[in-house]
Amino acid sequence: MSYLDNEGAPAWKAWLTTTDHKRIALMYLSLIAPLFLAAMSLGVTMRIKHLHGGDFLISAQTYNELFTLHGVVMIFMFVIPGLATVFGNFFLPILIGARDVAFPRVNLLSVYLFAAGCALALFSIVTRGGAADTGWTFYVPFSVRTGTDVSLAVFSVFVLGLSSILTGLNFIVTTHRLRAPGMSFHRMPLFVWASYATAWIQVLVTPVIGITMILVILERFFNVGLFDPAKGGDPLMYQHLFWTYSHPAVYIMIIPAMGAVTEVIPTFCHKNVYGYKAIAYSSLGIAFFGSLVWGHHMFTSGMAELADMIFSLLTMIVAVPSAIKIFNWTATLYKGSIELTPALLYALSFVFLFAIGGITGIIQGALAVNVFLHDTYWVVGHFHYVMFGGTGFGFFAALLYWFPKMFGRMYNPKPAYWAWALMFVGFNVFYFTFLVLGTMGMPRRYYAHLPQYDTAQLLASAGAFTMVSGILILAGDLVWALFKGARAPDNPWGGMTLEWKTASPPPKENFKERPVITSGPYEFNPGRRA
Amino acid sequence: MGNEQAHVIPYRTLALVWMALLLLTLALWGLSRLSQRLAVLGLLTISPFKAGLVLYVFMHLRYERVLLRTMVFAALAILVIFLALLFSDIPFR
Amino acid sequence: MSEAAEFDYEGAKLGMWLFLFTEFMLFGALFMLYGGSRVLNPEQFHAASRELDAGLGVANTMVLLTGSLFIASALSALQGGRRRAARNLTALTVLCGAVFLAVKGFEWAAHFRHGFYPNGPALKGAPPGRALFAGLYYLMTGLHGLHVLAGMALLSVLWFWLGSGRARPDHFIALENSALYWHLVDIIWIFLLPLFYLAA
Repeated sequence: MSYLDNEGAPAWKAWLTTTDHKRIALMYLSLIAPLFLAAMSLGVTMRIKHLHGGDFLISAQTYNELFTLHGVVMIFMFVIPGLATVFGNFFLPILIGARDVAFPRVNLLSVYLFAAGCALALFSIVTRGGAADTGWTFYVPFSVRTGTDVSLAVFSVFVLGLSSILTGLNFIVTTHRLRAPGMSFHRMPLFVWASYATAWIQVLVTPVIGITMILVILERFFNVGLFDPAKGGDPLMYQHLFWTYSHPAVYIMIIPAMGAVTEVIPTFCHKNVYGYKAIAYSSLGIAFFGSLVWGHHMFTSGMAELADMIFSLLTMIVAVPSAIKIFNWTATLYKGSIELTPALLYALSFVFLFAIGGITGIIQGALAVNVFLHDTYWVVGHFHYVMFGGTGFGFFAALLYWFPKMFGRMYNPKPAYWAWALMFVGFNVFYFTFLVLGTMGMPRRYYAHLPQYDTAQLLASAGAFTMVSGILILAGDLVWALFKGARAPDNPWGGMTLEWKTASPPPKENFKERPVITSGPYEFNPGRRA
Repeated sequence: MGNEQAHVIPYRTLALVWMALLLLTLALWGLSRLSQRLAVLGLLTISPFKAGLVLYVFMHLRYERVLLRTMVFAALAILVIFLALLFSDIPFR
Repeated sequence: MSEAAEFDYEGAKLGMWLFLFTEFMLFGALFMLYGGSRVLNPEQFHAASRELDAGLGVANTMVLLTGSLFIASALSALQGGRRRAARNLTALTVLCGAVFLAVKGFEWAAHFRHGFYPNGPALKGAPPGRALFAGLYYLMTGLHGLHVLAGMALLSVLWFWLGSGRARPDHFIALENSALYWHLVDIIWIFLLPLFYLAA
């Protein structure tokens, strides 16, 4: 009996009180997917606005609220939780041969906290003050002084942080305690390694943003002056605390995507992954070093030169474990019998776009260059190459890879190919133009732009519209498959990891009998070492 | 239940640690009355030592598996590194 | 398979420790804020800390440490099969928490009478940094106080469970985890004492 069966209970009750990790994953997906589309439409509105350099379509104040809300929703409600809560919840227990996560009821609590956090943030749109207009970074002193409802927005971030911590905590204990017999750490699929590394960042740094958001609220209500130089405070202290979480957070966003891509590539190359241990430990390496580079957001803020140099150096070091992954994915493809399915296509796009995102990151991590590029469209371009080219495409790759297993239905690959073409081309036209616009001097977050940027802005908008049409086609294809798709076999792709050894969709208890593990996760050719 | 291997700490050990903690607190107080410099020195040495005693005995870390001890050490190390990185900025402006 | 049948003692303890890590980091962020603020305002922190009574701080530390002794002994008692002793020791720990909070309450009340709070009469025209010290003091000891309160609530529940047998010699994880939480609150105070009362 599949996990989707309500077993006679009313559907609302069976879903809202479930502690099944698979159902909780779908609850997350049902919250995250519409929020993603909503935040995307905010982005589209901004691109429409930039078809004109001056006053057009929306007011400057609305524009400020739009980019804040776009950032808050995309970051805290899509990229941070996206892969971890949907695919992590669904597949982490299955991939290690467990029946559920370690604390199923805590897992349910975390999805409710997530829903509450989303509701709070969206509610701030209709409160008297209006949606926050500070940018998703909530920098002081503006976030303390502005009349918009920053308090509600930052409180929602606090609640979302709690939810994220509980998910991370659950994953760490699950990975340590619930592995099937024979599943040693070095036999775990690499998505599990990635989720495990991510979970550590979630547990260790999320509390920092939690308390920092509370500090902003306290400042707004009691005016203590913690960040006010007139009272002895230091505005840079806010930036330090904010980025102590928010830089590691980009690794919370990207590492699970790397993990998902690492599952997709070997399956469609029908070949053992190259450098298993290097990929596994580079996840931990990224998690560790990635937590120590937050100062590179503050090179132009007036930090001490010593700190500038240390943070710049550390930033270069993070590139090493990231590059290790890229080399290993490429080496896995070498001499593989490649089957270019939609999932692999999106995964390869991830590798390509993430490489550009990473390299542009190195460029702006160099101190002298940073002064020139800081707060321009270049940074926005870099960020979207990593977060959308990386995590976004990784999310789609994971969705296309695991969709048949999650829902027991096959999707039509043809629209997925077309969607890919539109997204990939549109994406690059859009964000590569942003990189160029940045070097031309276009500052980020500006409502208006000068006539010399008109052509490039138009090109970027055209790219954005192309990309969005691709996303909508993909969404349509998957929604169609959800209801009308053909029944999926247990192992449509010929995958080797445990999720393919159970039914599609999996039974409630995941496996009929507890699996016993006798080999590594990707041994396509037993006896022949890759 | 899997509780069998838990180590029971004798009351005597607990009482001794408690005495040590009280004495160290008094020592810290005494130092702070002598001079500001010694007070800071006490903050940086005696307080972590006291925290270590609580962790090690009261919180049973001494009797835990290596894995858990490593995790606690790593978490505390991260916090110390964070502080060190912060202090590469503020005093050097 | 019911949850009780596959109860995982090690897993439950690991989960608690991970939760404690988040508490470390929560206060860790505030320690960062304190450290940075103090480096920028050393004299004013020193001057402002004279408002605090070191004797009361030290006495309160001892109360909290004694509570830690009690709860650690409660766990040893329960593991040794003495449920009633464990229950009484847990009650004593809650009492220590109450004494701590009462002393803290008197301290805060005195500060407020003296106008020692951000934007209060005593700090209104004071040089920059003094009000900041006061703000950090209320913030960090206040948050710590909330944690003491939470610990007391947790241990009160345990007091009932020790009576009803839900916590018993062969199933002591709930007491063990609550004790861990109490000790953590203690460790944070061990650092707050010198930061505010002694070494500022």
